[in-house]
Amino acid sequence: MSEPGTAQLRDQSLLRVEHLVVEFPAGRGRKVHAVSDFSIDLAEGETLGLVGESGCGKSTTGRAIMQLPPPTSGSVSFGGTEFTKLSKRELRRQRPRMQMIFQDPISSLNPRRKVGDIVAEPLEIWEIGTPEERQAKVREVLDACGLDPDATMDKYPHEFSGGQCQRICVARALVLDPEVIICDEPVSALDVSVQAQILNLLEDMKDRYGLTLVFIAHDLAVVKNVSDRVAVMYLGKLCETGTPEEVYGSPAHPYTAALLASIPSPEFRADEEREPPLSGELPSPIDPPSGCRFRTRCPSAQEICGRVEPEVRDVGGGHYVACHFPLVGEVSADAANEPVAVDA
Amino acid sequence: MSPEVSTKAPKTGLASLGLDPKPNAPLLEIEDLRTHFELANGTVHAVDGVSLQVHRRTTLGIVGESGSGKTVLSRSAMGLLQAANLAQSGEVRYQGHDIVGMPEKQRRRLWGTEMAMVFQDPMTSLNPVMKIGQQITESLRYHLGMSKSEARETALAGLRAVGIPAAEQRIDEYPHQLSGGMRQRVTIAVALACGPKLLFADEPTTALDVTVQAQILDLLDHQRRERNMGMILVTHDLGVVAGRADVVAVMYAGQVVELAPTEELFTHVRMPYTEALLQAIPKLNQPSHTKLNVISGRPPDLIRPPKGCRFAPRCPYAQPKCIAEAPPLVESSTPGHFYRCWFPVNTSADDAPVNGNHQDTKNQAGHAETTASPLVGSQQGTASQAGGVEVATAASATVTDHQIFPVESGATDDTDDVKD
Repeated sequence: MSEPGTAQLRDQSLLRVEHLVVEFPAGRGRKVHAVSDFSIDLAEGETLGLVGESGCGKSTTGRAIMQLPPPTSGSVSFGGTEFTKLSKRELRRQRPRMQMIFQDPISSLNPRRKVGDIVAEPLEIWEIGTPEERQAKVREVLDACGLDPDATMDKYPHEFSGGQCQRICVARALVLDPEVIICDEPVSALDVSVQAQILNLLEDMKDRYGLTLVFIAHDLAVVKNVSDRVAVMYLGKLCETGTPEEVYGSPAHPYTAALLASIPSPEFRADEEREPPLSGELPSPIDPPSGCRFRTRCPSAQEICGRVEPEVRDVGGGHYVACHFPLVGEVSADAANEPVAVDA
Repeated sequence: MSPEVSTKAPKTGLASLGLDPKPNAPLLEIEDLRTHFELANGTVHAVDGVSLQVHRRTTLGIVGESGSGKTVLSRSAMGLLQAANLAQSGEVRYQGHDIVGMPEKQRRRLWGTEMAMVFQDPMTSLNPVMKIGQQITESLRYHLGMSKSEARETALAGLRAVGIPAAEQRIDEYPHQLSGGMRQRVTIAVALACGPKLLFADEPTTALDVTVQAQILDLLDHQRRERNMGMILVTHDLGVVAGRADVVAVMYAGQVVELAPTEELFTHVRMPYTEALLQAIPKLNQPSHTKLNVISGRPPDLIRPPKGCRFAPRCPYAQPKCIAEAPPLVESSTPGHFYRCWFPVNTSADDAPVNGNHQDTKNQAGHAETTASPLVGSQQGTASQAGGVEVATAASATVTDHQIFPVESGATDDTDDVKD
């Protein structure tokens, strides 16, 4: 069985994830293969959108980058520092460089602390500046996040709506001037009108503070809106990566095409145009299919897909796909050498 | 609860109440329904004067953000709400018979056989310690008086109909043994078991992945056609109703603010709120990093809703009149398209109630992304107000709406007081 490889990685990158593997024990000696040999990189100032269905390993990938918990194997290199090799102490010193924003803004804020204290806490832990300087920094980030510091600092999280709580979470993530923020489904708990506010806020903050973002979401339209690069995951593997224009405009992986066809569009369209959605459900990550993991649901699967795992290949324009029979570009070398595949 | 069933005569359904469906009556007709909850600090106007109709074999989509009252509306339409602090008025007529005034014992006989509901979260709406087969046969035995074996056969057929593979094996499994999508299929099988004529689907796909969502929506649509049901599809996702509903009602702060056939709604939006919602959604055909239009502010407090238009404090087109007077639900020049707005958007010159006004305010809106209701151009607003009132009053003849219509003469004077 061949390996997916790392063809998609570039020479210059701020964050480089190579051959990332995350496994969890599932009892009786079995393992959940949450992320399997996943490689991706991020250039400085870029937003990487990570999409896939629930259970595809996108959140696990985000957490493994943060070393929460450290991955089973593989490398996470951040600005030249290999995170997986650091001691606990050294890793802790690196932590302020990367921050995280979570899905549920209300439960990720301590209900018994005032907003001003919540946002100031990272500064206190790192003993950055005098109390006055900390206050000034907290006011600055709250203001940048569209909150009036005077009206918010002495209140508790429950006095705010979900959207405002998410603003507070963004402020907390920004207060240490991180280089990378990992946003794990930051808008999926919010109403569409609030979602738009938070997406715009993240874009503004990215420009203002020169951030690099990893944006994890299941909503393809949301990911397209914020990303410079998109990576589609399926069952712990990378399916496809490229610019949003490439991935959405001419999807190369049958899974991406199926995902795009499943989205209910807010523009009215007649019923007859609808393509049949993907049948079946995600197989168990405890015992993933051999070869290409998507083959059990794939409309163009052939015999080789069960035997040989497809390698990530360039299909042009920085667009990479792990598929023997991509919708864009040529069939893989493995598949081309198969007499059976040509027959069928 | 379930009593011994000796006869096979149905114990439930409209017929069991000695009622016949009234000819020509819509399947479900909601008229000026108000559902209020009395709390210590005031009354929550969760549903405030909603009138809607659902016809056989059609789907009504109800769209709104959280707190808009869409779920309370669907539950009160089915008569599911029971609370000591509940105050309800208005009528909900099922095949011509009012069910709001009906004692609960009688209303209960309509559940299952006449109307049923699919809830949002399949894990909490299924009983975790009961085999899924039992959860279907329970209602078949109770409502239709089936024997054990008969009910099991029907349940098996039901599970197959909703696309559960290996139904013979699955029927004896517990909910936790199924995936989220399969569980939602089971709740649909439970809801459809007794052959309801009206199905409420309350956010049936919100907890599911996008690929499974498409499967479940197709399943609901297929079952609706096959069984000639009427369906009410409640969702926060305009995309979900776009392809699946015949008619869409947009709710805001307990009221229907726009109601139209789906295609008409998406092509000729009239209500600024609907327009703003559509613009706030990121779209696949937009390039990356497109700035999204945001709706500033928050939905109003339903204990003290704004006196005028409930959307006015967040509306980019708001004029003094909007703050002062509540607009009625009026029909546009397209029959069947209703909206609740003094200054509707996308109004062409010939059918415009407020000529010229919208063009200018539209431009303002482009720049007023983050500031709430600028309330500028009040002179212009005043000038066009008279026009707005005329049209509203003219249209009111055709609409059953229980809003108090504004007094024309006082309209202009009032606005100044409320403006600040």
